[in-house]
Amino acid sequence: MSNKITTAQIKHIADLASIPISEKEENSLRDAFEETLDVISELQSVDVTGVEPTHQVTGFENVLREDIVNEENMFSQADALKNSKHTYDGYFVVPRIIDEK
Amino acid sequence: MKTDNTNKNKYSLVCGLEIHAELKTNSKLFCGCKNDPFGAEKPNIYTCPTCLGMPGGSPVANKKAIEWTIKVGLALGCKINLFSKFDRKNYFYPDLPKSYQISQYDLPFCYDGVLETSFGPVGITRIHLEEDTGKLLHKTIEKVNSAGREAGLGHGKQVSLIDFNRSSVPLMEIVTEPDIHSAEQAKEYAKEIRKILKYLDVADCDMDQGGMRLEANISLAPIDKNNPSSKLSKLPNYKVEVKNINSFRFMEQAIDFEMGRQAEILNDGKVPTQETRGWNSVKSITFSQRTKEDSEDYRYFPDPDLPPIRYSRENIEAMRAELPELPAQKSKRWATEYGVEERYSKQLISHEIFANWLEESFKICVKEKIEPNKFAGALINKNIRVSHVMSSIIAVEEFKKLSQTDEVADDEIISVITDVISQNNDAVIKFKSGDTKVIGFFIGQTMRKLGKKVDNKKLGELLLNELKK
Repeated sequence: MSNKITTAQIKHIADLASIPISEKEENSLRDAFEETLDVISELQSVDVTGVEPTHQVTGFENVLREDIVNEENMFSQADALKNSKHTYDGYFVVPRIIDEK
Repeated sequence: MKTDNTNKNKYSLVCGLEIHAELKTNSKLFCGCKNDPFGAEKPNIYTCPTCLGMPGGSPVANKKAIEWTIKVGLALGCKINLFSKFDRKNYFYPDLPKSYQISQYDLPFCYDGVLETSFGPVGITRIHLEEDTGKLLHKTIEKVNSAGREAGLGHGKQVSLIDFNRSSVPLMEIVTEPDIHSAEQAKEYAKEIRKILKYLDVADCDMDQGGMRLEANISLAPIDKNNPSSKLSKLPNYKVEVKNINSFRFMEQAIDFEMGRQAEILNDGKVPTQETRGWNSVKSITFSQRTKEDSEDYRYFPDPDLPPIRYSRENIEAMRAELPELPAQKSKRWATEYGVEERYSKQLISHEIFANWLEESFKICVKEKIEPNKFAGALINKNIRVSHVMSSIIAVEEFKKLSQTDEVADDEIISVITDVISQNNDAVIKFKSGDTKVIGFFIGQTMRKLGKKVDNKKLGELLLNELKK
C-alpha cells in the first residue's frame, strides 16, 4: 500500500461524521481508508484525455416543479412527530444546544 | 464605545454584507409543502418526508424560486450562470434534518453585479439560492404533560424545541464585495436591497420574523497618512463576521461598535482575532461566539438528487425584458419627466402597483396644470388620504379641493392678522425670542378667524411682515 493515513486525519474524519471511534476501530479504519485511497490511485492512472468532467451520469437537466402546494403529501403534526423520542407542544425536542449570552 | 475622530482618521472601514431573504413562493424550495412559516398556526404542520430529511425523500427544485433569484440578479446588474447546480453543504445541527443543507457552491445563479449607493458603488459578488433550516426555540420546560411520549422530560429541563415549518423554505443569499466604507453606507445598501426585493414582489423581508437577515464582515485598514484619499491597495489580513443582526439600526450600531473595538486592538499593535461574533441588542455590544477549533469543513459536493439547471441566452433575455423599471431608475425619471423631487419619490415607491398608480396620477396632474411635486408632497405629508384602490382622477380631485384658495384681498387678511397678534401676546414674545415654530400657530389662528382658505405661502409672508413690525 502506498497511501498513508495519519491518526489525526482519522480523528478529523470521525469528527466530521460525528461518530465517536475507539482505538481499535481507528486501526481497522486506517487499513480501510488506505485501501480505498489505493483504488483511487489506480483510477488516476486511467487516461481521460478528451473526457469532459461531470458529476452525474443520468444526463438529466432542468428537472423542476411548478410552484404548487401539494397538501396531499404533507404530514399532519401528529404524523410528523410520530418517530420522535421527545416532543413538547407540537415541537421536536433536543437537548439545549446553545448557550445564549 | 464609538470610534473617536482620531481613529476615524487613522483607519478606514472595510466591510462586506451577506443578506439572506426568504422568497415568498407558495411552496417550499424542494418539496410541495406550504411555504408560510410565519403564518402557520402550529409548529410542524407544513412538513413531508423531503423537508424532514426522511429516507426516501426526493427533492425537486421549485422553478419559480430559481427564476425569482435570477430576476433579482438581473435587477442588480449581475451576470447569470447559464449552467448551474445545487450542492450539499454538510454539517450537523438539530435544525438541519438531513445533516446537509442544499445550497450552491461554485456555480451560483448570479454573480458580478453592482448596486449604486450615494457613497459609491457596492459590488455584488454572488447571489445564490439555498434552503432555510428549521427554527429553534430555546426553552426551559415548566410543566410536563402526562402523555407518555413526553415522559422523558423533567421539570425545569433546559431544551431546544424545533419547528420544521421553515425547513427548506427558499432562501436567497446576496453577498457583496468589501466595498462598504461606513455604517451609513451599509444601512443604505441593505435598505435598498430590501426595497428592490419588495418591489419585485419576491420577498416580504420581515426583519422581526427573520424573513431578512443581515451579516457583516468587518475589518479596518490603516489610512495612508501621506495620501489619505488613495484607494486601499490591499485588504486587511483578518475579518470579523457579525451574525444575528435583525434590524438596520442594529447593523449600524454593530459596525460602529466593531470599528471602535478593532481600532483599540490595532492601536496596541495587535491584529483582531478572525472570528464570528454575535450582536447583543440589549447591551449594544458584539460578543465572541464559541468557535470550533477546527476550521469549518463543509465538504461541498454536487447534490446527486438534483440534476443541473441550464438556461439559454434567450431564456435570460426574456426574463430581463420582463423586469419592471426599478425604484431608483423610476425616481430619476420622475424627477426629469414630472419634476417630482427624489426625496419624495424614494419614500413613495413601495410596490409596483402603487408606483404605477402614482405615475397615472402625475399624468393627470400635468393635464390639470397641477405640479406633480406638490401632489407628491401632499401624499407624503398625508394631507390627502389616498390609496391605489382609489382612482387617480379622484385622488387628484381631492388634492385640488385641498389646495383651492379663495380670493381674499391683502387688506382683509392683514386686519385679521393684526387682531390675532394683539390677542396672543405670549406667542408674540416667543416669536421675538427666536421661537419661529409659533408661526404655525399664527397661521392656524388667522385661517380660522378668516373663515376662508388662502395660500399658505402668501399668508406666511404677510404674517412675518406684521410680526416684525
